[in-house]
Amino acid sequence: MSTKEDVITVPAPGGPGTGTAGGLDAVGISAWFGGTRVLADVTLSMPPATVTALIGPSGCGKSTFLRILNRMHESVPGAQMAGEVSLDGEEIYAPQYRVTEARKHIGMVFQKPNPFPAMSIADNVTAGLTLTGTKLNRKDRSDLVEKCLRQAHLWDEVKDRIGQPGGALSGGQQQRLCIARALAVRPRVLLMDEPCSALDPTSTLRVEETISELCSEVTIVIVTHNMQQAARVSQHTAFFLAEQGSPGGIVEHGPTRTIFSEPSDARTADYVRGRFG
Amino acid sequence: MTVTSAPPEAVPRRLTVTHDTGDRIFHGAARSIGLFVLFMTGAIGVFLGYQSIPTLHRYGLHFFSQTQWQPELDRIGIAAVLVGTVEVAFVAMVVSFPLALGLALFITDYAPKRIKSWLVTTVDLMAAVPSIIYGLWGFFLLGPQAMNVGRWLSEYLGFLPIFKVDTDPHAAVWQQSRYTGSVFIAGLTVSMMAIPLACAVMRSVFDQTPLGEREAAMALGGTRWGAAKMVVFPFAKGGIIGGTMLALGRALGETAAVLIVLAPAYAISDRILQTGGQTTSALIASNFGNATRSQLSALLTAGFVLFLITIVVNSIAAVIIRRSRSAALTEI
Amino acid sequence: MTTLDLPAELRDDGPGDLPPGATPQPTARPRRTRRLTREDWLALGGSLAASLALVVVGYLHILNFSGTVGFLLCWYATFIAVYAVVLAVTHPRTIVVERLVTATLYVAAAIVLFALGSTIVYTFAQGWKALAHANFFTHDMSGVAPTAPLTEGGVLHAMVGTVIEVGIAVAISLPLGVGTAVYMTEVGGRGSQSVRTVVEAMTALPEILAGLFVYVFLIVELGMAKSGLAAAIAMAVTMTPIIARAGEVALRFVPGGLREASSALGAGHWKTVWKVVLPTARIGLATALILAIARGIGETAVVLITSGASSFTTVSPTGVPMNSLPLFIYTAYTTHEPAAIARAFGAASVLLVMVLGLFIVARVLVRERKAR
Repeated sequence: MSTKEDVITVPAPGGPGTGTAGGLDAVGISAWFGGTRVLADVTLSMPPATVTALIGPSGCGKSTFLRILNRMHESVPGAQMAGEVSLDGEEIYAPQYRVTEARKHIGMVFQKPNPFPAMSIADNVTAGLTLTGTKLNRKDRSDLVEKCLRQAHLWDEVKDRIGQPGGALSGGQQQRLCIARALAVRPRVLLMDEPCSALDPTSTLRVEETISELCSEVTIVIVTHNMQQAARVSQHTAFFLAEQGSPGGIVEHGPTRTIFSEPSDARTADYVRGRFG
Repeated sequence: MTVTSAPPEAVPRRLTVTHDTGDRIFHGAARSIGLFVLFMTGAIGVFLGYQSIPTLHRYGLHFFSQTQWQPELDRIGIAAVLVGTVEVAFVAMVVSFPLALGLALFITDYAPKRIKSWLVTTVDLMAAVPSIIYGLWGFFLLGPQAMNVGRWLSEYLGFLPIFKVDTDPHAAVWQQSRYTGSVFIAGLTVSMMAIPLACAVMRSVFDQTPLGEREAAMALGGTRWGAAKMVVFPFAKGGIIGGTMLALGRALGETAAVLIVLAPAYAISDRILQTGGQTTSALIASNFGNATRSQLSALLTAGFVLFLITIVVNSIAAVIIRRSRSAALTEI
Repeated sequence: MTTLDLPAELRDDGPGDLPPGATPQPTARPRRTRRLTREDWLALGGSLAASLALVVVGYLHILNFSGTVGFLLCWYATFIAVYAVVLAVTHPRTIVVERLVTATLYVAAAIVLFALGSTIVYTFAQGWKALAHANFFTHDMSGVAPTAPLTEGGVLHAMVGTVIEVGIAVAISLPLGVGTAVYMTEVGGRGSQSVRTVVEAMTALPEILAGLFVYVFLIVELGMAKSGLAAAIAMAVTMTPIIARAGEVALRFVPGGLREASSALGAGHWKTVWKVVLPTARIGLATALILAIARGIGETAVVLITSGASSFTTVSPTGVPMNSLPLFIYTAYTTHEPAAIARAFGAASVLLVMVLGLFIVARVLVRERKAR
């Protein structure tokens, strides 16, 4: 929990993962922005080495819930939360658990790609190591860069120019760079907030490939508007909804197949069949 | 019926706009006002430059190497004064830069959100306080404290030339008069005017850092300082340098505070802790009163040199700020 | 808190938390995501105390120094060293650096705020001696020597002079400044970029040069007398660029849609500017004016050169020397007489109150604009 040394094990490129996928449990999560409550009493457990999709119409609190999972919600002025979130049994909101620790183990990829434009592609990938003070020698560093870029299906496209600035890539490439960057710190969970909504179909496909390959190593929680995507990549799905004027919450959750073919709740059925949203 | 040929190319019409008389007057008036202001500035520069000709004619390049200002002996030059101006500004910037940068970062990232707007107001207030009031404060309140620091510096770091003072620092009773009215104290006082200026520019640029990049750094497990180093500072480079240069320009031209704090002495000296020194603006302010025609011309020459220096410094600052990434993101 | 024991139904696939139609009970209250734990506060407090003790012993007794500034500097340096060691025991390097940087930034902010605060407090404290006498506000210094006791004399002439000079300066610089701003935003054209560059350079012009220009050009060359008018003109030279630049920003904030709507209704350019744009921007323009005034009334070098330091009250802007608050402060200071210096601080307090007042008005206006 309060580790003094930050040690990263670098698996050989192409070799087996470190198998450190973690399980997240959220209990009784509520969220406020200022005085307005936007999430009410959400409980969900996201088992290790799986992909959990969070679906639902806009504005029902899916992204807010996601940001609570890695303690990004509290960085917004006026934002508050209630409830508990545990990573492999450890409560990440406990006072003695450092925020930076939580975010190291629970990574995030944002909706709009945000590589650091002033840094090269290789430096972008290792940015998380620099930020967390992890030291690697040059050989391990370049091995890690290659491994993460391969995992993100970006290596072949940029291997000749990893010294060039990270801003000079296309949107899809930027997002895959952000994924590689998030993977470089070897998180146990990766949160993805509508990662493909700004991307073209080819890049979307690449990202989905990445998700499928990664989930044995890294637990993934993905917010998506695209129901077909949720059906394609996830094993578990949770359906969020916010009634008019009420805070959002989970209507139903369970195995993806069940949610999409035989949902128990009428509202879920309406949503997955496209009647609203 | 089939279309066999492409339609003829369309040529845009040239539109002429005729304004009514009222608008033509308005445009003319606005244009003349704008050009008048342009003309005024040029006039000041030209006037100062033109008036410098007799002086330069008379004293030539000696004007820039002579340190004394003794009009009655026909020995005048701005060498000492230019050096003094640079020294005071240098001390001011050495003190102001870290404080302004630290305060700007503090306001943006570290201060509790509730007091952030109060802090911004306070910094603006600091810039609004008249410089003569800082001058009084610098002489009566800061001076004695700074002299103590000066004495310590000259005693323990006196092997460095800039910290030497020609008095025995180890004497049992120290000569206070050798430490008053020094470039050091003047520089500290001037920094009170430089800090809010630099801080305001830096802070507004820090605030414009793209949220996405900041969040990315935080989400990777970075601390606030780590995010500042990786995201904020590279983004705000232009604002930091530009803001510092604007503050430098201000420090070079400061008059009232220097008049009060700095004890006039016309000699080139690198001893900032020792009493004595003079800046260009203080020179002009103290000597204009009983200046003959030719001495006035000499003062104007000094003024012209100051004019050129501040124009250059501020223009460089403006270009740096305008070219920076942060300017590209502002709508204004 | 270790493993969670969740009730079975929450782990099964089944109906979720919200039965159809029900609203959730507002049972939860927000929790404080405090950044610092009790250990953190102890580490901080302990380091502060330990370093203080070390410095008290070392500074005062062993090294036998004196002087508050040195004490504080030593305390800061010792605190950083002690705090770093304490933190390094349990935290990794990035957190140690972060905490040290945080402490240093708090210190930097405290230094600057303290400097400003001490300036304001010191000015009022020293000025109180003179301000306590009513004659300070009702009399001037005609016939009163600088060494005279504080029951005689006052700064009436300086206050009146400041108000008149600033008034004239505003009358000159406001139309010029707003006109230039209008030129830059509304009319535009080839010259406007040069004008903008020059205006920006002019805002940084040292005030002494404006004063020098007016002195040599108007007073010496054209034979104008040292007077309030000369000072006002020099003040206008510095104030116009400030109004022009801040005014330009205010005018740009007016949404283009308003201008288009006015044109679509058939209004000419001038009418649009006069009836739509300027009124919409009036708060921003007022703020620009107030900031320029605050700058103008504090300018010492300008009035030093262009208006003589008279000791009698005058309302005539031409022909006679006119005193003003900054000039009075400076000339009183140069006498080095205790009574005069007390008056100087009194005048400084009045000047400070004026500037603070203007500043508060500007802030209130800005808040009003934000509230719309």
